[in-house]
Amino acid sequence: MAKLSKILTEPLNLNNPVTVQILGICSALAITVKMKPAVVMALSVMFVLSFANVIISLLRNTIPTRIRIIVQLVIVAALVVLVDQFLKAYLFDISKQLSVFVGLIITNCIIMGRLEAFALGNKPLPSFLDGIGNAAGYGIILVIVSFFRELLGSGTIWGFRVIPMSAYAHGYENNGLMILPPMALILIGTIIWIQRGIFKELQGRS
Amino acid sequence: MGLRHFLDKLKRKVEPGSSLHFLYATLEALDTFLYVPNKVTTKGAHIRDAVDLKRVMTAVVIALMPPLLFGIWNIGYEHFHILGMQTNLWQNFGYGLIKFLPIVIVSYLAGGLVEVIFAQINKEEVSEGYLVTGLLIPMIIPVDTPLWMVALAAIFATIFGKEVFGGTGYNIFNPALLARAFLFFSYPRWMSGDKVWIAGLPDGISGATPLGQLSQATTVEQLNAIHAHFSVADMFFGFIPGSIGETSTLAILIGAAFLIYTGVGSWKTMLAAFIGGGFMGWLLNIFATPTNPYMAVPFWEHWLLGGFAFGMVYMLTDPVSSAHTELGKWIYGFLAGLMAILIRVLNPAYPEGVMLAILLMNMFAPLIDYLVVNGHIKRRMKHAQLLNGMNLKI
Repeated sequence: MAKLSKILTEPLNLNNPVTVQILGICSALAITVKMKPAVVMALSVMFVLSFANVIISLLRNTIPTRIRIIVQLVIVAALVVLVDQFLKAYLFDISKQLSVFVGLIITNCIIMGRLEAFALGNKPLPSFLDGIGNAAGYGIILVIVSFFRELLGSGTIWGFRVIPMSAYAHGYENNGLMILPPMALILIGTIIWIQRGIFKELQGRS
Repeated sequence: MGLRHFLDKLKRKVEPGSSLHFLYATLEALDTFLYVPNKVTTKGAHIRDAVDLKRVMTAVVIALMPPLLFGIWNIGYEHFHILGMQTNLWQNFGYGLIKFLPIVIVSYLAGGLVEVIFAQINKEEVSEGYLVTGLLIPMIIPVDTPLWMVALAAIFATIFGKEVFGGTGYNIFNPALLARAFLFFSYPRWMSGDKVWIAGLPDGISGATPLGQLSQATTVEQLNAIHAHFSVADMFFGFIPGSIGETSTLAILIGAAFLIYTGVGSWKTMLAAFIGGGFMGWLLNIFATPTNPYMAVPFWEHWLLGGFAFGMVYMLTDPVSSAHTELGKWIYGFLAGLMAILIRVLNPAYPEGVMLAILLMNMFAPLIDYLVVNGHIKRRMKHAQLLNGMNLKI
């Protein structure tokens, strides 16, 4: 039981897919301008990753090693299409904002990485928890980055105005750089910096 | 020697083991700032030379004085000129000083505070590196930039331009240019356009820089009208609106002479940059069409306009971020000048390409050095093998 909870919680911090394994950076740059799409993206990745992990884990003894990447891609692609259709049906606005990046979940390195590294060698339940944990770890970073980008770049959080209009009247301005992808990279770098400053055991790894 | 005595007394209070020891780095910085440190290297091979970091930084600050003084005067001149008032030298200078001093104080305070905090955290001495950066930042931004933006940019540049790489001497990019890039992309309204270059500009009057106007010109007639308004002499002496320190090419050349004389800035980098910019301008002149008159702007005017001279003299030659090999300096400078004019003329989104060109070349400087050094090694190796082969035959 302790082992299972470790599988679930370790990716949240000490083995975070984004800040420690440095995976999935590309989508973290693209969809973190606003918080809402970022959260939807994190949930989509969570759905795809946990179920892909379970399916691959169930099939792990029957997939021939030489074609496993193709099998993984087919499964992930099928799940991504499901998510895409769901978003188009129920969250059309956000689906439009996310545009191609929903489809690009297929190529998200975290998903292939977890399938290869974990699901192929573990039972379905731990694989499921591993998927949830890693997607949550990815989601935490997305939320932190998008929080600062939306707050400083647009003056809003979750679409609600936080920085009052009177501040703008006194000369405050939104930071245009926050809207641009480079700032997302700098923010992720800052998170890594702070994380390694607090958890010294991460410093030795590279 | 009351001050010396006072400092020594303070220093005893922050000795290792005392409760105030955490303030040691700050006091040490204050001490080396006020007095020449008497510590010398004791171990290992080293060259003893009077030129230390402080001396180099002071040389750059002195070299910055001509464009700085002219820039301060020009703030006042442009302000009163656009209002149609006749003023004397001291009125112009006084008005400029009132506008400029707050910016430079904010820049030094914000960036210096970051330096001190990081020195405290890392238990190091505060280095003199910020002395130049803190002065460069106010000189490359428009006079009307709000002070909180200056502070933010100085803090950003010091943290992400310098401290994350390991502090003074380890930075890849020129920190002052990074501050400008931060402002340019964060608050484009304050860094370009026709409203920010002249202090106290009345509503409804355009205060665009000659460069900004030229980039907007769509016909040859407009181009000629701009030239009638700003003569080449104006551009050379600097009686034009622009960022505070960049307008006077003459003042910059005086500073450049000082930099070259003291050996802090490389004449090869500067000359190569001007050749590169001139070459690109000349190339564009050849392909200029009546529908794109901006390309027909004579190449020597590109040397005089905008931040080209300032950037190529003071920023490109930064001893930390520029190329270090002799051949590398030529390549580095030439490409920087080339890119600056290329971006300036052909990319309408960035009327001033100098900043981006220098940052780009900063990134390539280590690669250029690597290639040059490897080229040397290969050539010498070939030579050695040749000699070996001859010996064998004999």
